[in-house]
Amino acid sequence: MTVLAVTEHRRGELRDVSFEIVTAGRELASELGTELELAVIGGDVDDFADRLNLDGVGTIYTVEEGEEFNHGVYTQAIEQLYAETEPTALLLPNTVNGLDYAPAVAGRLDLPLVTDVIGVEGEDPLEVTREQYGGKVETTYDIDADSYAITIRPAEWPAAEGAGEAAIEAFEADIDEDAIGATVTGFQEVSGGDVDISEADVLVSIGRGIEEEENIPLVEALADALGATLSSSRPIVDNGWLPKNRQVGQSGKVVTPDVYIAIGISGAVQHVAGMKGADTIVAINTDPNAPIYDIADYGIVDDLFDVVPELIEAFGGDVPDV
Amino acid sequence: MKILVTVKEVAEVDDEFGISGLDIDASDLEYNLNEWDDYAVEEAVQLSEERDGVEVVTVTIGPERSEETIRMALAKGADRALRVWDDTLEDAQYLDVSTKADIITTVAEAEEPDLVLTGVQAGDDSNGATGVAVAERLDYEWAAVVNALDLSDDVASVHRELEGGIEELTDVELPAVLTIQTGINEPRYASLRGIRQAQRKPLETSSLEEIGLDESVVETPVERTDMYEPESESDAVIWEGDAEETASELAQFLRDKGVVEG
Ligand SMILES: Cc1cc2nc3c(=O)[nH]c(=O)nc-3n(C[C@H](O)[C@H](O)[C@H](O)COP(=O)(O)OP(=O)(O)OC[C@H]3O[C@@H](n4cnc5c(N)ncnc54)[C@H](O)[C@@H]3O)c2cc1C
Ligand SMILES: Nc1ncnc2c1ncn2[C@@H]1O[C@H](COP(=O)(O)O)[C@@H](O)[C@H]1O
Repeated sequence: MTVLAVTEHRRGELRDVSFEIVTAGRELASELGTELELAVIGGDVDDFADRLNLDGVGTIYTVEEGEEFNHGVYTQAIEQLYAETEPTALLLPNTVNGLDYAPAVAGRLDLPLVTDVIGVEGEDPLEVTREQYGGKVETTYDIDADSYAITIRPAEWPAAEGAGEAAIEAFEADIDEDAIGATVTGFQEVSGGDVDISEADVLVSIGRGIEEEENIPLVEALADALGATLSSSRPIVDNGWLPKNRQVGQSGKVVTPDVYIAIGISGAVQHVAGMKGADTIVAINTDPNAPIYDIADYGIVDDLFDVVPELIEAFGGDVPDV
Repeated sequence: MKILVTVKEVAEVDDEFGISGLDIDASDLEYNLNEWDDYAVEEAVQLSEERDGVEVVTVTIGPERSEETIRMALAKGADRALRVWDDTLEDAQYLDVSTKADIITTVAEAEEPDLVLTGVQAGDDSNGATGVAVAERLDYEWAAVVNALDLSDDVASVHRELEGGIEELTDVELPAVLTIQTGINEPRYASLRGIRQAQRKPLETSSLEEIGLDESVVETPVERTDMYEPESESDAVIWEGDAEETASELAQFLRDKGVVEG
């Protein structure tokens, strides 16, 4: 009858989402009138449990099993912990590793699964909110089940604070190594390259709205005229139009410039994860409903191919022929 | 070796759109091959070009309209296509992850592929869950968010793209399901020849019953109750006027802010 939330760590560090999931879990537990419990699986579990001993956490189960994430270990450990604690709600992070085990856990436990949830409300049924169509609409779902699994969107809930009085319990999981057919052999960091966009004061950032590789000189000219650095959303890098080190976002760089000018970028959650800390955000986008306007301070709802040349001229630059 | 690729037709929303009931008005939607699946198809086709005896089969849960998208995948080099649809699916409120995973699993059980490639997520629903849900049901190994793949006879050595520019290197035993991330390759454009050939490639449509499932597969305790445009949290100042006027507003702002000279 509890809420069981699974935390996340990597290379010896708890990830931010572990503290956010405590906040989300507390909220859900209070909706359900029950207690929040946490699971810490792998790594330095005692140290992690100490740091997650936060206000509102009932019990923290530690599963000492390996250093790093392995989906086979996580799936088996959660399955067993679930059988022992019988939670109403299983709360998992919608991170890249969450994507790698949440659907498997839900499948094993035969639980309904709703992913990337941004809001929880009510008790029976629970109502969850999520986004669809690239963030243009929100949808709500009622989960009419005795128990269920949901994954929460990172950075949606604030990090939990305040010391707690949780009971910390070691949980012995019985892991069947033979059933695990995926082995993590190492990590690799994407190489640095020529510029470090996270050092820039002003970023001119370009997205799929630029349409063609041939049009890139237009935004290069703008960056030159402003003395700014050029960055981009993911599709531009995927297409090979700019090198990987120019990518802003969840899987690219986190940037915090004074001014971030997002041109032809819709503002997908994975992009916003990398630039929402910018001091001032300016958006140039033809679509007034683009989610980027939710976080922008200033906007121009117009065609970039009309606005950018004017801007270049305003700063005395030469408009390239594209 | 056989590779099964899941191919979804996704809906993209016009700049101006309306909502009726629980979904966006059909007239404000355009349909396309899911971006992530485009990369999955390309990966499968490249594998089939690099080695002998690889068959690439696509599977789609979708209405007749989605055949256009399926033909696109065939034109890019898939060998044949399967489509599952019937009135039960048509009438369902929406198709949740478990329904789709059950259907894809049933198709995969009949096809017995060595490798299943899905996209990381569907651009419209963004569940990010179908591939791994299928792996669990099939009792295959898996890896999510794969941006590099090196295949040997019984192991797929993959990179999983984690957050913050870090990749996890993982060896996955076959048979396996991999969810493919954008950027893993360069999806080709369908050639005119490919498009012509695609017309002659087999595209088989089945109902739930024909693949051995019944209506109960669409039952779910998760019910959609509302869809709406989020209340704008925006307090953005929108500069109005023609491009010259708005550009000069922005230029003035940047000068006032002192971040740009000139
Ligand atoms: C696991 C995972 C990790 C990811 N990591 C990242 C990441 O690190 N960084 C990242 O950016 N994305 C990331 N993504 C992808 C992300 O979900 C989006 O697909 C991507 O950010 C979209 O890029 P975009 O805004 O350039 O393109 P789109 O979403 O296609 O938006 C293009 C925008 O341009 C506008 N536009 C079109 N024409 C014009 C014009 N002429 N003038 C002005 N505006 C115009 C459109 O209105 C639209 O809003 C990730 C996705 C996943 C699943
Ligand atoms: N209706 C469908 N038909 C075929 N494949 C699908 C369908 N829905 C989802 N998929 C596959 O599952 C992946 C992830 O989708 P989702 O879990 O819905 O975000 C997609 O990239 C597709 O490869």
